[in-house]
Amino acid sequence: MSSQLSHNRRNFLKIAAVTGGGLFLGFNWTESEAATQTVLTKGISAVPGVDFNSYLSINPQGVITILSPNPEVGQGIKTAFPIIVAEELDADWKNVVVEQAPLDTKKFERQVAGGSGSIPHSWKRLREAGATARHMLIDAAAKRWNVSAADCSTSKGFVLHAGSNRKLSYGELATEAGKMTIPSDVKLKEIKDFKLIGQTIRNVDNPGIITGKPLFGLDFYREGMLIGMLQRPAFGYKLKSVDSAAAKAMPGIVNVVTINNSVAVVGKSTWQVKKAKDALKIEWEKDGNLESTSDHNRLFKEMLDSPNTTVRRKDGDVETAFKNAAKVIKAEYQCPFLPHNPLEPMNFFAHVKADSAELVGPSQTPESARNQAAKLLGLPPEKVTVQLTRMGGGFGRRLNTDYAIEAVQVSKAVNAPVKVMWTREDDMTGGIYRPAVRYRFEAALDAQNNLIGYKLRGASINAGNATREDNFPSGAVENLLIDSIDHKSPITTGPWRAPITNFLAFAEQAFLDEVAHAAGKDPVQFRLELLDKAKKNPTGKITYDIDRMKGVIQLAVEKSGWGKNKNVSQGISVYFSHRSYVAQVGEVVMEKGKPVLKKVYSAADCGVVINQSGAQQQVRGCVVDGIGHAMYGNITFKDGIPDQKNFNDYKLIRMNEIPEIEVHFVQNEIDPTGLGEPSLPPAGAAVANAIFKATGKRLYNQPFVQTEVFKGVS
Amino acid sequence: MALFKLQINGKSYQTEAEADTPLLWVLRDNLGLVGTKYGCGIAQCGACTVHLNGEATRSCTLPVSAIGTSKVTTIEGLSKNGDHPVQKAWDEVDVAQCGYCQAGQIMTAAALLKRKPKPTDAEIEATMSGNLCRCGTYHRIKEAVKVAAKTK
Ligand code: FES
Ligand code: FES
Repeated sequence: MSSQLSHNRRNFLKIAAVTGGGLFLGFNWTESEAATQTVLTKGISAVPGVDFNSYLSINPQGVITILSPNPEVGQGIKTAFPIIVAEELDADWKNVVVEQAPLDTKKFERQVAGGSGSIPHSWKRLREAGATARHMLIDAAAKRWNVSAADCSTSKGFVLHAGSNRKLSYGELATEAGKMTIPSDVKLKEIKDFKLIGQTIRNVDNPGIITGKPLFGLDFYREGMLIGMLQRPAFGYKLKSVDSAAAKAMPGIVNVVTINNSVAVVGKSTWQVKKAKDALKIEWEKDGNLESTSDHNRLFKEMLDSPNTTVRRKDGDVETAFKNAAKVIKAEYQCPFLPHNPLEPMNFFAHVKADSAELVGPSQTPESARNQAAKLLGLPPEKVTVQLTRMGGGFGRRLNTDYAIEAVQVSKAVNAPVKVMWTREDDMTGGIYRPAVRYRFEAALDAQNNLIGYKLRGASINAGNATREDNFPSGAVENLLIDSIDHKSPITTGPWRAPITNFLAFAEQAFLDEVAHAAGKDPVQFRLELLDKAKKNPTGKITYDIDRMKGVIQLAVEKSGWGKNKNVSQGISVYFSHRSYVAQVGEVVMEKGKPVLKKVYSAADCGVVINQSGAQQQVRGCVVDGIGHAMYGNITFKDGIPDQKNFNDYKLIRMNEIPEIEVHFVQNEIDPTGLGEPSLPPAGAAVANAIFKATGKRLYNQPFVQTEVFKGVS
Repeated sequence: MALFKLQINGKSYQTEAEADTPLLWVLRDNLGLVGTKYGCGIAQCGACTVHLNGEATRSCTLPVSAIGTSKVTTIEGLSKNGDHPVQKAWDEVDVAQCGYCQAGQIMTAAALLKRKPKPTDAEIEATMSGNLCRCGTYHRIKEAVKVAAKTK
């Protein structure tokens, strides 16, 4: 049996071999190196050694191979990137083959899946890659026909000459095109001329996904490979002693080794290793604070009253504003720790050899995995290779490379190729959670119900700064104070889809709803007035585009028929994060005395939409994720040990719990920004504000399901 | 270790495993049929769903010794060319995000449609709610089941 990765690679090489003199057009996608593009007209033997930043190849049969360098985590980048290249190339999408590129820091840059940053980072590079090739194909045709390149055009994989009614396919032109001078400055298409971008295009990996092909890290197999599982300490503990005699004697077990404070069991099959891991007798000892959720609740109160905060933004004179206020509104919002729970648990393959190492697996940051592995092994980075597999979700968890490094350590310790895998229990209790936070908001209204003062204090466990001090409503309030305070805990935390804003947006947009209510204003009107004020009379720095923010509110209002249907209760929320703008309206009805979320309208402005299908999915996925975690997500601790360990005691949202979701995009010609995260932050407050409208009750704490409003609802 | 004879995807397999090994790991580790996924190991997520004599079954909690002569179908054997109506619908509706849960979703849906060729919305929800999708593709899963029901 061979892995899909090597299989793909072989297929790819085979195509090249068959086509013999097939042409590989290589493109540097970095602006600085654009002039040094290399064109290869050699055959198969030269393919592996080509030193490009990225490449797109066209063979004489007209097959266009586009490499996608960034890790695919379900965000659809492996489909979106090639669409952009193919658009500017004017390729026939039917003839495009997409390949996942391995980590290659010489050929590519920013091979990262995170921060919704791939599209904005690569937009221009990808377009230029396609446009350059198109230009060279035209030049080749013009030369062959002895006509002016200016009189030629392209369409769906052909160069056309209207004057003589001739055409040549890209495949026919590939070899000659490769010899053309590489244009230094290519003209990109007008956005109105896009044919592929903005269409509905299916995931390029669908054929493999629906037939169960080995696409994921956990599916990777290598002859002679062993399976490794680790027992890791809970938070605030370290390894005291291990009795591995029983485990070692179990069938299929090859070795038991200690790696830092963890114990690794290595053996021939997953089930044997899992049973042996369960048979380990380990004693742990205290190595730090053994924290419980009750401690955190106490800490939050202490931190919110503490004088030792860090001021993040200060505008005007808050003290005076609150002294002069006609009305003061004060509220606190809290969100718990959350595990990421990608459905494919953490895993990585490593084969450490004497002077090199091979890594294969799911990582949002393969370059960081490589560099850490190289450092650990004392090898130069170029001696460590990383192949990227499709990831069964990430949500930020796979930005951290701990599990890849474990694989390296275990492979080294047992001197064999090893795939380390985490069980679901390992994954859920293994940390790097979304941090827990509690916010205190205060708002001052004058006698005319104008917002004259605003205070936000973020108290967090391992979040650093739990605020985003320059986000709305900063800029719209003359007197404003935002500060934060953080507690360092042994419970590990890290980025979780839309870091910080995934809870901050809920708290802020729910609080603004309270303020609007106290001011006797319609929540939409209240927000629009604040935005108008920020535009006409800005206070301090403003980092969001006021018109785009208003634009998404107006679109959400229009699509949801805001306030028109008296049989439903609506709530609005709007947020700017990761460079995109999203407004959402939640719609709730009361059924048997309980609020039921029926529908969410989402309006996003992410600039040009690359792929309607992928974009719609990202928004729906974000809304389901946002609602699901706001409703149910909760991980609690007793003395450093997580209480929830698997999906029987940790609830994820299921099909019967989702509302209908309507997705809309603002149409404009602004350079595209990412969608993997920005639609998540507003979802929680859209729901909470609609529930307030329906019940008169505010939701201050996540998970919502544990609050008064949902008592008796399972 | 014991020798087990298994009927999988219309083929006979012989493999050695401990009697309590879940079918999931026999498929993945012994037979290289890795289309069937691991998500929880405790029958909560549905990623490991296969058909046992045509019925959707969680392979993560089914010991290999309990299978006997039952016929097992995995995602790899659902159709020869990936053209089972449910697979086609999954492609057409473009259901997958990360795709990791989808083999299990497809197997659950295929068994449902076999049992109930024209399921109601409530029946689709009741059955498909057993399968988790962390990426939140539920709307399209539902739509794809309906598309498949129409093309059957
Ligand atoms: S792995 Fe079997 S139900 Fe989750
Ligand atoms: S598509 Fe990612 S878990 Fe379902």
